[in-house]
This record gives sequence, structure tokens and C-alpha cells, in this order.
Amino acid sequence: MDHNGFSNSLSRRTLLGLGFGATTAAALAACGGKTADEAAGGGAQPSKTFTAGYNGPAITLSYWNGFTGGDGPFMKQMVADFMKENPKITIKSNTVEWAQYYQRMPAAVTANKGPDVGVMHVDQLATNAARNVIVPVDDLASALQLSEDDFTPDVWQAAIYQDARYGIPLDVHSLGMYYNTDQFTKAKISDAPKDKASFEAALDSLKGAGFATPFWMPSRWPAHLMFLSLLWQNGGEPYAADGSKATFDSEQGVAALTWMVDVIKRGYSPKNVAQDSQYVAFKNDKVPVTWDGIWQINDLKAGNVPFALVPVPQIGQQNAVWANSHHFYISKQGAADANKMQASKVFIDWISRKSADWAGAGMVPARKSVRESAEVQKTTQAPIAAEIAQMKFLPAIPGLGDVQSQTLEIAIADATLLRVPPAQALKDQAAKASKLMQANQKKFGA
Amino acid sequence: MTASEANAPERLEVVPARAGTSGVAGRGGRTGVRESAPYTPWLFLTPYLVLFIGFVIVPVIYGLWISLHDYDYTLPGKPFVGIDNYVNLFTSDSVSAGPFWTSMRATGIFTLFSVPLLLVVPLGVALVMHQRFPGRNIFRAVYFAPYVLGVAVVAVLWRFLLDRNIGVVNHYLGVIGLPDQTPWLTSIPEAWVALVGVTVWWTLGFNAVIYLAGLQDIPGELYEAAKIDGANAWQSFRHVTLPGLRPVLSFVTMITIIASANMFGQSFLMTQGQPGTQTRTVIYQIAETGLRGFNMGDAAAMSYVLTFVLMLLSVGVFRLFQERS
Repeated sequence: MDHNGFSNSLSRRTLLGLGFGATTAAALAACGGKTADEAAGGGAQPSKTFTAGYNGPAITLSYWNGFTGGDGPFMKQMVADFMKENPKITIKSNTVEWAQYYQRMPAAVTANKGPDVGVMHVDQLATNAARNVIVPVDDLASALQLSEDDFTPDVWQAAIYQDARYGIPLDVHSLGMYYNTDQFTKAKISDAPKDKASFEAALDSLKGAGFATPFWMPSRWPAHLMFLSLLWQNGGEPYAADGSKATFDSEQGVAALTWMVDVIKRGYSPKNVAQDSQYVAFKNDKVPVTWDGIWQINDLKAGNVPFALVPVPQIGQQNAVWANSHHFYISKQGAADANKMQASKVFIDWISRKSADWAGAGMVPARKSVRESAEVQKTTQAPIAAEIAQMKFLPAIPGLGDVQSQTLEIAIADATLLRVPPAQALKDQAAKASKLMQANQKKFGA
Repeated sequence: MTASEANAPERLEVVPARAGTSGVAGRGGRTGVRESAPYTPWLFLTPYLVLFIGFVIVPVIYGLWISLHDYDYTLPGKPFVGIDNYVNLFTSDSVSAGPFWTSMRATGIFTLFSVPLLLVVPLGVALVMHQRFPGRNIFRAVYFAPYVLGVAVVAVLWRFLLDRNIGVVNHYLGVIGLPDQTPWLTSIPEAWVALVGVTVWWTLGFNAVIYLAGLQDIPGELYEAAKIDGANAWQSFRHVTLPGLRPVLSFVTMITIIASANMFGQSFLMTQGQPGTQTRTVIYQIAETGLRGFNMGDAAAMSYVLTFVLMLLSVGVFRLFQERS
């Protein structure tokens, strides 16, 4: 694959002049790049320099993302605008639901029918880097003049796996607290709760105003995200940073899960809240307050419930909230062709600079300069954007996503369905998670 | 009886087939084939054989090969591990054994409760469908209709209907004074009631239609003879209908067992395997292991253990119906 891309560019170099020479240099640099990864079957390595602009022949890029919700139309519009400005590059979008995305994408890239460039969650970068599905993009980060100061250290570090950067951040999105403004007024709550005392006082006021169960504790999504937020608030860490074991059964973890279970035991939440019911109930005026991802903003705006979005209150000793981030990547397939590699970089650069538009999708733009623009300050998620320093991301450990869904999510569900006491549920699943993580370490050779 | 006359042509075709296992030898076409070239039957078979080899035989062998490796298609190294994947499934402290056997048990429970219902209820429906009454076609359509829906439609629909806190089912149970706090999707055994109930509602139409075809093949004369001999309705059902349905019954039993053992969509979409992983069926577990966790070696080994169990079960069912005849 490398070889083909290289000879193609050689034959065209004479025709295409200087601009293209740069990309050929990129291909050359690729051959002399970090060889350890290449030996493992990886594609081309990036060049050290990135020149903006694409001067190659007309090209079509396959672009995969998972924006199937209220965020979809915004991305579509941005892609259309990009193509208008860059007539030589045609973007062929493929939108796959995130749940299936991470199963299909590696298979498609392996078969050379996948994306050249795409978007994925930051916590999936390490997994796909270890699988050699995506390639490092360090040069692009420096060419875009992106640096740690423009982001928070957490989101910036989360895209680094084995000393190489694999993603360019597009946005961050965290858990938030949605409340029904009408019902809060009815319950005479003037300020949105910010800490444990005021949150529990608000729940009591809502009970007094006629809501038997004002805050439904989910057993599935986003229950584990609530747990992770509370764990971090208590000063704990869910996993050892080196990926050797799970630590979510720590004292801090048990305290976090116990609080969640107590919400049910103290009667603030009904028992047995199944998948999505807390959100559907909120959307239908049945529940006055719920914690969910900020990506639900557009869905709620389309409904009839008057709502406001504020940061998750601080229940533990410090402020922290679970967050994730959409990152651009370049696949092994895209990197195998120097033209595609260059066109992909131009595309990422362009979208990244226009990411204020992306705030319309309910996300918080990752770049500080964009985030602090007036445009973003006017959005519903502005209060969340202000709290970016408190956002915590999962460490870059290959295979962690699957481990978490097989263990932590089950522990949370078992405890919130009142089947297993919190400490026991966490201990059992953490032991299992550690075993899986050690198997992964062996498998990925970390 | 006019009804039996209407059925007459079908009956003629069916009689030799119902002669049972010996019916194969009785086919009249043999001599024609013998006169042509020896490869003629193979030529006729070719289109199917190509598909059969391409989509059944090759994957079966490839799967067996995968099950002997630590197989992750995205990684360059796929080390050969012999029968380790199988050994792990039978070693209680391995990562794969616990979830696998929990899921085998879940599939077992589901099969145990859904198969008898899917054999009996559709038979009742088919007996009613077989009667002549005004609106019979509507009745038939109504019972068959859910079967044309995809599993995603059925499961998402029922997930919301059965929700403990916001579901319509609990709401109306409350309205008529019954308990309205039943956690249909998040607790055991309620979740099994929901999963089995929805599956029966969804697929009974298919079994009913097969039964109906079987009922229409039972010669009317037999019923007339039974009537002349003074048999009542139950006796003619017991001694004419049931024996007449035996070949159909063994077929329906077999495919229902296999379909139930392959249950995936309902628990994936309705309960997400909840509570814990108690309603996570074995196919669900295999999909999680192989497609989400990329541990295809383990997943392939699980598939082979499941296949082996299903083969034993099929032989058992086959014997059961054979001995009776």
C-alpha cells in the first residue's frame, strides 16, 4: 500500500509542481519515520511539516462519523461549505451510529473500504492506535498551531498514546444537569444547586412541591458516567494510568456508588429505572431534574419542556465531571496515499478553525479561542463550557472501552437495581476488569 | 363436505410424503435421472452447492481454525493457542468461562419456557384459523401480522410499553386495580416473562401458519370416519388431528428450539441483558466477545460449544419423534 502511494506520487510530481513536491516529501518522510510502529504493520507515518492547501489531482475522501442525532445537520453543512471552498476535494460522508461505529470502522479499514479521515471519541483513540487502524498526526497538531494552552491538559493528553498524538480535538462534551425551569420556580428554587447540600435541599423542595420522586437514578447509560464524575469528585481514579488494573472499587468509588444508591433508598428516585426512562420522563414533564450529556440539548429544544443546563453539582470533595471529546483521525487507509493524507489534513484544519459553527450541535468547541468567542457564549451549553477545567477524561488505554462496558457498567447496574451492595458490586467487577486489562496489555504488547 | 372437496388436490400430493421416512425412495423421478449423464444431478445442484459451500462449509471450517487462535483481525499477530480457548471455557476462574455459562443458562431458561408455549399456543390459534367463520382471513392476518415486523421494531416498541416507571402496561394495570410497579425489564423473573411473552406474541403467527398447512393436509374422510364411530371433538383431535400433525410437529419443534436458542435481539434491545447479565443470551455474549471485544478466538470457541449442545438437542428431539412413530 505504501509502495503504491509512493510510486503514484512520483509519476505525477513532474506535472504538479512544487506544491505537490511537499506531499512527496511527506511520503518520503513516511518511509523513514518511526519504524517500530511500521514493523507492527502500520501505514505511513506523518511528515514533520504540514503545509496548508491541497494542490494534487481532484480527489475523493471517505469521511466517517457518528453524528446521527441533532448534531448531524451541522456537520453536513460544514462539509458542504468545505467542498464549496475546496473544489478539488470531494468529501463522501458515511454516518454510522456510534454504537456500531467502533465495530465496523476497524473492519472496513482492514478491508480498505473504510474512512480515509474520520471522527471518533478520544477514549477510542488508544484502542484504534494499538490496532494500527489510525496513524499519528503530531505534525498536523503543530501546523494547526495547537498546543496544550489552547485546551485543558486533560483533553490534550488524552489523545496521546505511546508518545504520539493520534487525534485533533474538535469538541468536548460532558455530563450536565438539566432542570425544568417551570417546576423549579413552582418549588421556589431560585438558584441552580451547586453542591451536595443545595442539591439535596432542592430535591426536598421538589418533593414538597408534589414530585414524589424528583430525580430518577438510571441503571444504565448514563449511570456509569454519573459514577465516574462522582468518583473523580471524591478524588479517586477508575483505572491505573498504565492500564494494569481497575481501581474503581476504591473507597472513593464505594462512596460515589453508595450516594447513587442512597438517592433511591431515600426515595428521591423510583426503583428499577430502565434504559432511557429517566430521560423520556424528563422530556415529558414527569421528572424535574436529570443528569445527562450536553449532546441532548437539541433534542430537548425540539420538545416542549422549558429547561436550563448547568454543571453537575459537586457532591464530593472537589469539582469534577466526566467528559469525552470528538477527535479527528487519519486512518491507515488514508495515510497510505500521500494525496489523501494531505487532503485529509486540509479538511481537518478547515473544520477545526470553523468549529464555532459546531457549537450549534450542542457541543463545546475544543479550541480555547473558539470557545471564548461571543458566538459560543450565547449557547445553552455556555455554563458547561466555562467549567472545562473540571472535565476529566478516561486514560488512553487500548481496549478500555470494552472492559468498561463488560464490568463497570454492570457493577453500576447491579447496585442501582438494588441487587448487590455497592462495595460488593464494585469489588467483583473490578477484579474482572483487572483480569481483562492484563489480558489486553499482553495482547497489545504495551 | 365441501371443505374436504376443496382440499382434495392438495391431499393427493401429500399422501406419499406422509408415508414417512420411506417416502424418499418412493419418488417417481428416479428413472429419468438415471438415463442422463452422471453429472446431471450435480449440475442441478450447482447453484445451491456454491452458496452452501461459500456460506456454510467454508465459514464452518474457517471458524474452527479461528477458535484455535488468539484471533483479533486488526492485529498482525494471531498466535496459535491450540485448544486453550476451549479449555478456558471450562476453567471456572478464566475471564471467558463465567460470562459464557451465565449466558448459556439464560438461553436455556428462555428456551425452556418459550418452546412449550410456541408449540401449544400456535396450535390453538391454527385450530381456530382452520374453522370456517366470517372474518377468518382477518383473524389469520391479525395473528400473522406481528411476525412481519423486524426484531428492532418489536423490541423497541415493547421496551417502552413495558417500562416500569413510564410504561403503558403498568399504567393500565394500575387503572384496573392490579399491581402497577412490576419491573418487567430490570428484574428476574419478570424480565423472563416479558421476553418470553413478547417472543410468543411476535412469532406465534409463523408456527400457526405451518400448523394450519398441516391441518389442511389431514384428509376430511378421517374426521368423517371418526364422527361415524361416535368420536367427540376431543377424541377426534386426540386420535386424528395430533397423529396427522406429527411430521409437522417434529419440524416445528426443531425450528422453534433452534430459533429460541438463537435469541439475541429481544434481550439486546429490551433488557440489555439486565439485571446484571442475567438475561444476556449466549448469542448476545458471543457477539459482545467477538464483535465488540474483538476476541474472535474465544467467540468462535463459544459458538462451537453452543453448536455441539444444539446438535445433541436436535438428535434428542429427532429420536423422540422417531420412537413414537
